[in-house]
Amino acid sequence: MDAVDAVTPDLKKNLYRTMLRIRRIEEKIAVLYPEQEMRCPTHLYIGQEAVAAGVCANLSKGDSVFGTYRAHGLYLSLGGDLNAMMAELYGKRTGCTRGKGGSMQLIAPDEGLLCTSALVGGTIPMAAGAGLAERLRRSDRVAVAVFGDGGTEEGVFHESLNFASLKKLPVVFVCENNFYAVYTHFSQRQCADNIYERAHAYAMPGVRVDGNDALEVYRAMREAVMRARRGAGPSLIECRTYRWLEHVGASSDVTRDPEELDEWIARCPVRTLQHRLVEEGLLSEEDIHRMKAEVDAEIVAAVRFAKESPFPAPEELEAGVYAP
Amino acid sequence: MSVPVSRRAGVPARHAEPAAPGDISDAVRMRAFRQAINEALHEAMARDDRTFIMGEGVDDPKLIFGSTAGLKERFGPERVFDIPLSENGMTGVIIGAALAGMRPIMTHQRIDFTLYAMDQIANHAAKRCYASGGRQSVPITIRALVGCGWGQGPQHSQSLQSVFAHIPGLKVVMPSSAYDAKGLLISSIEDNNPVIFIEHRRLYEIEDDVPDGHYKVPLGRGVVKCEGKDVTVVAVSLMVFESIRARQALAEAGIDAEIVDPRTIKPLDVNLILESVRKTGRLVIVDTAWKTCGFSAEIAALAAEECFGALKAPIRRVTLPDVPTPTTSALEKIYYPGALDIARAACDVMGLGGKVPPAVEASIAGMTTPTAPQFFGPF
Repeated sequence: MDAVDAVTPDLKKNLYRTMLRIRRIEEKIAVLYPEQEMRCPTHLYIGQEAVAAGVCANLSKGDSVFGTYRAHGLYLSLGGDLNAMMAELYGKRTGCTRGKGGSMQLIAPDEGLLCTSALVGGTIPMAAGAGLAERLRRSDRVAVAVFGDGGTEEGVFHESLNFASLKKLPVVFVCENNFYAVYTHFSQRQCADNIYERAHAYAMPGVRVDGNDALEVYRAMREAVMRARRGAGPSLIECRTYRWLEHVGASSDVTRDPEELDEWIARCPVRTLQHRLVEEGLLSEEDIHRMKAEVDAEIVAAVRFAKESPFPAPEELEAGVYAP
Repeated sequence: MSVPVSRRAGVPARHAEPAAPGDISDAVRMRAFRQAINEALHEAMARDDRTFIMGEGVDDPKLIFGSTAGLKERFGPERVFDIPLSENGMTGVIIGAALAGMRPIMTHQRIDFTLYAMDQIANHAAKRCYASGGRQSVPITIRALVGCGWGQGPQHSQSLQSVFAHIPGLKVVMPSSAYDAKGLLISSIEDNNPVIFIEHRRLYEIEDDVPDGHYKVPLGRGVVKCEGKDVTVVAVSLMVFESIRARQALAEAGIDAEIVDPRTIKPLDVNLILESVRKTGRLVIVDTAWKTCGFSAEIAALAAEECFGALKAPIRRVTLPDVPTPTTSALEKIYYPGALDIARAACDVMGLGGKVPPAVEASIAGMTTPTAPQFFGPF
């Protein structure tokens, strides 16, 4: 089955539901964030949902994923527990890292999210390492690194691509190019707009896709994952997308060109897929309302769970520095 | 050549625990530090197929000064392999492999190269367990060699234990003998945390009684290398060797020094050190590194905080001067402290006003126990 055939009606609806769910969760966080109860730097994913959804829809149990501090979408797309994520944002003991890591260090090891990091590029080589582990175990699992355009400016990006290609490791490198590092535009940081082409320098396939089109992301990722699983080595996918809000927190970015922002909002990944599915008769207004209601109920419950959960006890301060 | 104190004579049983009774035969089995490291790697690799070894030059003709000999032949090129010169990225690789269930070992021919990888070591490996709420661990061992002599110079001879020991989440190990090197390296590889394992190049050819087979020296447990009643000398790595020479000379002046080797910088065997200082009332600390904010400062602070009342004299430290290593042999010679400097510090805390009695000085000058062997170029 090739990538086009794999895009079944069920898959499309699942992608839509995943993206809608991320969007509404992020919007709720944006509303609650000013209450100052989520006391950790939180980087919202609004506008970029198609990347995480399209990437993760290709993964199976046992595959591993390494992400960035902007990882809510990745965590949720992989099936990470919403209660544990929300509790983590509130610094609670029931959080996915017991409040120790916060929004920037989300993990869901059972679902495959092995590491996210507050430090740009830091997890890229870890995906190569997980790929190496799968190679040594002779499994057919893959490892995925998701990073931003800023991540490609770090040395480890190049080191990781070289090593993964040298050893033909089962790794997929996914760049979410949202064009901004905090407030600084891509054009002020990189000499050429060619992230995907760097793959060729490291003797692997590199493609550029519309990162606001979940189906396009899905197809590119599917090909890369299949290539990795059959032992043919790594690939690089550049997904061009856009972050609607400020780098960190829930405010808008005052430095953005309003026209640029409007253009991207007009190409909203959630609404784009929604229109397509409605046109294709796969989704009714009633379905959409029902999905929204389900997600909203889940969010209300998760926020309540998080707010009502206990904080870590003082004795947890010194616990867990070292593994037993 | 051997360290004057053998495993059986100098190491109380509680500090050297074999994996199981019977693992250690009574026959003396002299092996160089380099061979002890090699044996530890063979033992660990044979026991656990989740281990693998990677590093620049691990399978080249020099075999990390002989320490990785026979590993590739025995365990195959998939588990023993050379790497690109990407220290930071490759450290991220072993962290990722560890998170995915492996137990990697990485080797640096010079500890200076680990500074390329400080992001992955300090920002990632050290934090993972805590930042995951204890759900994850990073069982990696990073071997790092300290060069010394033959003009290794400013960028090939740093001794960075304090840099690593400062960071919560890392363990730092620094053996001074072949026996400890093997047992500590096996413990490090089998530990579930990131361990920086620091090997001093000038210890490489020094022999000790090293048991065959698998045994562990526990992390966080020091050892009293030589008992004494007058002054405690806390020394690490190569400086243990120099301290034992100083002790022999000090005996000429009737000074009985106790040599304490922490063996692991972190976790630190605090009680062993304090017990000794309380007994002797005098403390000299001897480090292979610089003075400012170093390991010697930590031990001095520990003694001042925990047993100030037991001290009969100010604490003295013997360290490198706070300057980069010079390359020229003319300056290198005076850069590194040795037995005479340690003896001088001990005499000072004994109230001899920093004057070394001629008998002590003569003893060191004419010592039958030579200094640790120098290594020769090109590398």
